[in-house]
Amino acid sequence: MKKVVIVGASLAGLRCAEALRREGFTGALTMVGAEAHLPYDRPPLSKEFLTAEFEEDRLALRIEPYEELNAELILGQRAQSLSLEARRITLSSGEELGFDGLVIATGAAPRTLPIADGISGVMTLRTLDDALRLKGALADRKRICVIGAGFIGSEVAATARGLGLDVTVLEAGDQPMLRGVGPIIGETLAELHRSNGVDLRTGVKIESLEQIGESVRVNISGESSLECDLVLLAVGAAPVTQWLEGSGLALDDGVVCDATLLAAPGVVCAGDVARWPNPLFDGESMRVEHWTNAVEQGVHAAKRLLSDDDSAPPFSTVPFVWSEQYGIKIQAAGRFSGEDRMEVVHSGTDDARLVAIFERHGRISGVIGFSEPRRVMQYRRLIGAGAPFDEALAASL
Amino acid sequence: MKILVNFDLCKSNAVCMASAPEIFEVRDDGYLYILQEEPDETHRAAVEEAVRLCPTRAITVEDQAL
Repeated sequence: MKKVVIVGASLAGLRCAEALRREGFTGALTMVGAEAHLPYDRPPLSKEFLTAEFEEDRLALRIEPYEELNAELILGQRAQSLSLEARRITLSSGEELGFDGLVIATGAAPRTLPIADGISGVMTLRTLDDALRLKGALADRKRICVIGAGFIGSEVAATARGLGLDVTVLEAGDQPMLRGVGPIIGETLAELHRSNGVDLRTGVKIESLEQIGESVRVNISGESSLECDLVLLAVGAAPVTQWLEGSGLALDDGVVCDATLLAAPGVVCAGDVARWPNPLFDGESMRVEHWTNAVEQGVHAAKRLLSDDDSAPPFSTVPFVWSEQYGIKIQAAGRFSGEDRMEVVHSGTDDARLVAIFERHGRISGVIGFSEPRRVMQYRRLIGAGAPFDEALAASL
Repeated sequence: MKILVNFDLCKSNAVCMASAPEIFEVRDDGYLYILQEEPDETHRAAVEEAVRLCPTRAITVEDQAL
């Protein structure tokens, strides 16, 4: 392999580039990024970055000099199309790049809602530029309405409360964050927001948004409308695959890969964009938008690309995500839903501490913890080992 | 190799504990403890994974001069 192109210059793409070099790839390496910035870390953008004291240079994802990576960085350019036959991608500038090996790490982009079209007081949050805009708005406005109580929405709500804003969170589902995991976790999450002064409303349907001067009026079905100075639309993200339509790659809410992250001969995927069957969960088809997954898949995709061997190992992982809100660390690993049996295995005297584990097919499949990182990680190891649920219950972790 | 942790950055997510449980331990007090500050080479792959997967990039490895 002489020339590798990585499309996507964020966490998965960068860690893939570094792994390619570590694994001994000495050919030409090009990384294409849609944003003008060098690779940076996204998790702080919904948390401490939005407060005044966080320095932008702490976001840098690579501390070592880029020269040592010996890669060409094409930033501020999107990939427009892929030809698998010609082994070539076309960029938004019209420039064409040939490759022997291709890494698809284009991530995801915020979903929007048709009701937000043309409303200037509506923002989304994904990129550093988005975060800079949001930070500016939070500094000089008083009332924010967050639509969607997923991770991003919940974290921004918590940060905005910390900055002293009036915060309303509107969620279509019946609980915030880890949706559908049942009433115990759902109520704990909801109470966290409410006890910190957030007006959290669940099961809400928004009819329309109206821009009225500097304010936005949010019209809610069956309730009186509310006015705010700023709306954050945080209704999830969709994988960036438009540029691959017609390429011949299988697309289905992500790029469909085999268990080794290979999408086609010489083409691998990593990060939010990759859909693959995870052997640790009976081959369940997954697409995971979490930070640690982007790192692990970036490294795995590099090794897969450099191996011609059809017996290359599959990518297996226990998905892990963390969040911080109001000083509470919320961590979740594996798979869980309200349908699964759940047992609370630990709850502290201080009621902010809680660990619950979930069962599927007789095994421990998931864990959720509040301010219990040690126990979450120990249960995560049991999930990875395929431990029987009863064994996990009996383990006094 | 010598393990260095920047405790100003560490947020005790305990991801390192999943990669290298013999080296890192987050205890119930919420703090990270380094169980072996100078582990032998058999731990290198696990430690390097912990470095890569640390969400706050708080861990570094210093190689002793030969």
